[in-house]
Amino acid sequence: MRFIFKTSYDQDIRLARHSGYVFWYGLLLAALSVAPFVLPVYWSSLITMTMIYGIVGLGLMLLSGFTGLFSIGHAAFMGVGAYMQGVLTAQGWPFPFALAASMVSSAAVGAVVGLPALRVRGLYLAIATLAFAFIVQEVIVRWESVTGGNRGMAVGMINLFGWKTGSPIVFYYICFALTVLTTLGVLNLLRSPTGRAFVAIRDSEVSAQSMGVTLAYYKTLSFAVSASLAGLGGALSAHMLRFITPDQFGIVQSIDLLLIVMIGGLGSIHGAFFGALFLILTPQVIALSKDYLPPAIGQTVGLQSVLYGLVLIAFVLFEPTGIYGRWVKIRTWFELAPLYRKNLLKRQRRFQKTERLT
Amino acid sequence: MHFLQQVINGIAQGCIYGLIAIGFVLIYKATETVSFVQGELMMLGAFLGLVLITVLGIPYWLAVPATLLAMMAFGFLVERVAISPILGEPAFSIVMLTLGIGYVARGAVMMIPELGTELQVLPVPYRDQSVAIGGLIIGMERLVVPAVTAALCLMLYLMFRFTRIGVAMQAASQSQSAAYYMGIPVRRLNGLVWGMAAGVAAIAGLLLAPIVMIDSNMGFIGLKAFPAAVVGGMASLPGAVVGGVTIGVIESLAGYLLPEGFKDVAAYVVVLIMLMVRPNGLFGGEVRKKV
Amino acid sequence: MSTPPLLSVENLSVRFGGITAVSNISFDVRRREVFTLIGPNGAGKTTVLNIISRIYQQTAGNINFDGYCITGMKPDAVAGLGIARTFQNIELFEHATVLQNLLIGRHTRRQGNFWQHLFFTPSVREAERAAREKVEEVIEFLDLQHYRDLVIAGLPYGIRKVVELARALCIEPRLLLLDEPSSGLNPEETNDLAFWIDDIREELGIAILMVEHDMSLVSRVSDRVLAMNYGEFVALGSPDDVKVHPGVIEAYLGKGNDISLLRRHLP
Repeated sequence: MRFIFKTSYDQDIRLARHSGYVFWYGLLLAALSVAPFVLPVYWSSLITMTMIYGIVGLGLMLLSGFTGLFSIGHAAFMGVGAYMQGVLTAQGWPFPFALAASMVSSAAVGAVVGLPALRVRGLYLAIATLAFAFIVQEVIVRWESVTGGNRGMAVGMINLFGWKTGSPIVFYYICFALTVLTTLGVLNLLRSPTGRAFVAIRDSEVSAQSMGVTLAYYKTLSFAVSASLAGLGGALSAHMLRFITPDQFGIVQSIDLLLIVMIGGLGSIHGAFFGALFLILTPQVIALSKDYLPPAIGQTVGLQSVLYGLVLIAFVLFEPTGIYGRWVKIRTWFELAPLYRKNLLKRQRRFQKTERLT
Repeated sequence: MHFLQQVINGIAQGCIYGLIAIGFVLIYKATETVSFVQGELMMLGAFLGLVLITVLGIPYWLAVPATLLAMMAFGFLVERVAISPILGEPAFSIVMLTLGIGYVARGAVMMIPELGTELQVLPVPYRDQSVAIGGLIIGMERLVVPAVTAALCLMLYLMFRFTRIGVAMQAASQSQSAAYYMGIPVRRLNGLVWGMAAGVAAIAGLLLAPIVMIDSNMGFIGLKAFPAAVVGGMASLPGAVVGGVTIGVIESLAGYLLPEGFKDVAAYVVVLIMLMVRPNGLFGGEVRKKV
Repeated sequence: MSTPPLLSVENLSVRFGGITAVSNISFDVRRREVFTLIGPNGAGKTTVLNIISRIYQQTAGNINFDGYCITGMKPDAVAGLGIARTFQNIELFEHATVLQNLLIGRHTRRQGNFWQHLFFTPSVREAERAAREKVEEVIEFLDLQHYRDLVIAGLPYGIRKVVELARALCIEPRLLLLDEPSSGLNPEETNDLAFWIDDIREELGIAILMVEHDMSLVSRVSDRVLAMNYGEFVALGSPDDVKVHPGVIEAYLGKGNDISLLRRHLP
């Protein structure tokens, strides 16, 4: 195991806590850099999809895992980003500008949706986000002249200043770069006063306020940043899917996004990506195992839903810290091998402070 | 005339929302947890009724109580097996748990061969009957809904007012720990509350089935119980029904008076306005956190 | 010749519904003074604290802090002016480490805007280093070195109390509001607390307004004491004077008891 002696304040500020970080994340980045040339096209497209959902998950993680605000309508922000990207690409905007516009418009919608957060919280906020998401979705459905309504809309190829490309490899690297950039951005926020204000709001609003944190500003900011990441993911998925319809960004998708943060591990950056990996890989595993399952089970459309549900229930009941929490336990076991005690990382039972006030 | 017709349709639809909201409020009051699975419980109720009637050929009047009992047992089981072990965990965990149960319920129904993936009609004895009142022709299936809802509310009222178990539930919803120290078996009560909530949801499903088609996604109608509960003040059973009917009527009138599309979002617009103006609902008082 | 007081509370009243929690209370807190509010439970002491830190809204009255009228401000604004507080039932950030909790205390002195934080510019890095250094001073001041990287949720109660005090000190306040700082502490920890309160005043020059029940601690550290009962003013003066004030004895023991009875009850 590794002992870390702190000799400078920078060690608490740096992103890489020790040389092991540099090595393992370097290895991961290197592997992802060569993946599209080594793996079959289909597999690298799965990685692309995982990265896209990872970005969206990152956004929701920032909002739910770090600021403690729950959104049950996050797919709507993806929808805003996706449609913005589709419309602007059709008008011939270059890809980076269209992407920026998608993020900004999602962030704007997010800031508006965040407004109820200034008055209500917890369950009420969740309901408000749900309501907003339905309204946004309905606007997309009804604004047929722009969005094509329920018939959907084809999304053009990526336009890099006149050079149009539909190459999956180019797209892979675009997503890869954006994933790395957004992750670094979120990590930066979290180690700066802004991120600490988010965490403070999550843990105790009253005391955050007494420490000088302006609730209205940071809650709105958290919503805006989170929505802009969802919008970014939505815009990328629009190019990935090439055809978008309003129901791709409905309540089912929103719940899938919550699945990402919960199964991945609430309150951890790794969790967003673990969760995305789970969401993308489960249907593949089902597809692969279809041949081995009795047709009455394997061939039905419900299997995926049942599996998502069972895994979700299992995680809530047995491993509330998610895949990331499980991973930390396994890693600690290897580090401490003979010394590991079973309840070393046992979570304290967290009794919910009652919200009932009378 | 059309206007009145719309109001009546709205009341019928609103009663369904209200019934689902009752289950939701029961659970919220008793355990302070939020159940996102009420809609799926309604869907399961409707499907169970469908299976009993069309597949097993049980007569309607027997199938209804059978469905009700089965769903109550199911609700009780869900609480005992899944919810009670993590009571006291952050509210979000429990929300996710109920969402997980919802996933399983939807998927499981979809996995039923033939029935699960197609739209189904529940055959009820009062199908295609209608009543004419002063020039209005009202489908029987829409009249039955408010009637049953009213009867159910009366029963719930009497239960909470006069039975030992009802009073015990009220005590537990005020303070679980105090009720526990007074010798009330709070844990078992929570199971009963879930059973009741599931039962009410099943009734909603059986009532709704003749009006709309049954399919595995009908549970998403249950999401409109949240606006209903918020309008009613979240912690009040009569409020839930009033909120449900309010939402139902507004929705129905929005479909009639406003351009297409407004009907589907009317409930959500109302709840947003409500949250902005009176977050504690029509019947809620002001509360503040003590430090 | 006398300098104006740091905090002056004038004719403060609060009503919740029909209940008057605080009625017409006035007092001053001078610079470098330890000022204590005492009174039986429900006397309205904590409410006064909550109004000064702006968590509650007063019904009538005026509060001035160092020349600013703070009665219209939000809690985060008065924190920016230099009023820090602790809570009766510890309100720490449970899922964060001690260090992160203390760094939140530096929030009012943060530098850079959202975009600079997003890119973690060199100036932000420099400010972080400075904040970390300041926090380390407070850690040393209150002997929290051992707990620096531990998560709050696992700490014993007494340590949490100290962490909360440390977090308030990280604001570098000019006025510190302590809500029952000794409740739940053992005698040894209370003894440490008394020394710290003296040090906070002497070394850091911070004025303290506290609510406290432990009379031996109150007598030991306070310059002046204000006794309240049922939201109303009872007595104001030095700890020794207030302790023997007939109104205070009546408030604690009821009418008809005299000081000899109080002596018998207190060690």
